[in-house]
Amino acid sequence: MIRDITLGQYFPAGSIIHSLDARTKILGTLLFVIELFVVDSFFGFAVLATFLAAIIAASKVPVKFIFRGLTPVFAIILFTFVINLFMSPGRVLWHWWFLTITVEGVRRAFFMAVRLVLLIIGSSMLTLCTKPIQLTDGLEKLLKPFKAIGVPSHEIALMMTIALRFIPTLMEEADKIIKAQQARGADFESGNIFRRGKALIPILIPLFVSSFRIAQELALAMEARCYNGGGGRTRMNEIHFARRDALAGVLMAASLGAAIAIRIL
Amino acid sequence: MAIEVKDLQYTYSPGLPGETKALDGVSFNIDDGSICGIIGHTGSGKSTLLQALDGLIKPSDGEIIIDGISLTDKETSLVDVRKRVGIVFQYPEYQLFEETVAKDVSFGPSNLGLEGDELEAAVRSSIELVGLDYERIKDKSPFELSGGQKRRVAIAGVIAMNPGILILDEPTAGLDPTAHKEILSMVKRIHETRNIIIVFVSHNMGDVADMCDKVLVMNEGRIILDGTPRYVFGQKDVLDEIGLGVTPAAEIVGRIRERIPEIDSDVLSMEEAAASLAEFIKRKRS
Repeated sequence: MIRDITLGQYFPAGSIIHSLDARTKILGTLLFVIELFVVDSFFGFAVLATFLAAIIAASKVPVKFIFRGLTPVFAIILFTFVINLFMSPGRVLWHWWFLTITVEGVRRAFFMAVRLVLLIIGSSMLTLCTKPIQLTDGLEKLLKPFKAIGVPSHEIALMMTIALRFIPTLMEEADKIIKAQQARGADFESGNIFRRGKALIPILIPLFVSSFRIAQELALAMEARCYNGGGGRTRMNEIHFARRDALAGVLMAASLGAAIAIRIL
Repeated sequence: MAIEVKDLQYTYSPGLPGETKALDGVSFNIDDGSICGIIGHTGSGKSTLLQALDGLIKPSDGEIIIDGISLTDKETSLVDVRKRVGIVFQYPEYQLFEETVAKDVSFGPSNLGLEGDELEAAVRSSIELVGLDYERIKDKSPFELSGGQKRRVAIAGVIAMNPGILILDEPTAGLDPTAHKEILSMVKRIHETRNIIIVFVSHNMGDVADMCDKVLVMNEGRIILDGTPRYVFGQKDVLDEIGLGVTPAAEIVGRIRERIPEIDSDVLSMEEAAASLAEFIKRKRS
């Protein structure tokens, strides 16, 4: 169950999207997120969704795999949906006791839900199609110009890689601990919210202890391989922009143009 | 109490690129009061099988019957299963979380509804059974104990639930030789005192031959050998083929037999190996 979370995972498929330069993909994802906030109509979302669908098709990542990663975040989407549905002032559509649904509320609830879903799928495409190591290299190179004003680009990139790398590790660890406590009769599914909250303690404490242990082991392993920061470090595979990256850039610019056009017109 | 497993199937991530068949038609029986060893490589399906035996995962097909109740039946409550089956995972010390040892050990039994004196008695007897001094250790934090002690406390936390079947997944992994021996003698002591079924996963063939009266050998989700240690470790060819090997004593005798084929090959322990060599020397002299 918990192992099924695919958020932040890499899916090897060897497609044209996979072979793009990591910098192109990072910038592309960033642009996509900006576009999601630029457009303000369902028509705009439809255009962006088509664009995203084309990318997914080109990436050869199975749609089923992407959507399975969405299931855990579904709770958050549902939460925002409900909040928006009931909390928006406007023309009353339906009223019962203290619950009120307005026309604006319905519109906004769907609007935010679509935006969130596109946001999550769009950004998970980045990690699905880019190896963590390439992602770090790309990020580090992108941040390099900011080094002049004191941005520790290498450290930021490294922290991000480690965080991404640890998502599956901690998931596995949590899975093990959950099973061990279940075997000792722990019950996570019944009782009121306080009982359920309390039921999480036997999982959270061992998980916390484990993550410190894993971090300590990682730090030692890095030191043992003479890691001492990014200075003077060279790479076996330097990343290069290719013609396909230029093409992707043109497409990205076009999509941004389209988003702005939809907003203004 | 007995375990009966019929044609068990389990597939991880069905319908996805990572699809793997972890269990592929597993059937076996374990009789009351026996110690059963399970051996096999990492990824042979051992852990999946153990989790299915405690109802932690639902098999895709097949049946598990423990003490007359069917785990695969939808009507069966998991509490009934966990009262009967206790499972100690690999590195169980990572599941400790309470402020004191006594509180941590009582987590399991109190989840089963034990209270007051009954609870304290269960906690005390299981801490003593794993070979720790109850009065001295009960108020300590589990995080300040040594590695071997932590593992005992974690095992005590499972036996405090008084299961009729105790499953141990590599209970000696990562321990030094002394702690290793202590854990094994502890397992024997638990078996003798409580007279329960013990299912024991190990990579140490010597331990398995020494401890168990039944051995299951798993490979690629199937059981390929099932019998007494003497029978299983007699199948050297099968074990060699899947890269598991036999007990150290049988290995030594096997090497000697390459030169002197007259020596008796049917040995499991070092004592038997020594006896068979002594007998050979005696025969030679006379």
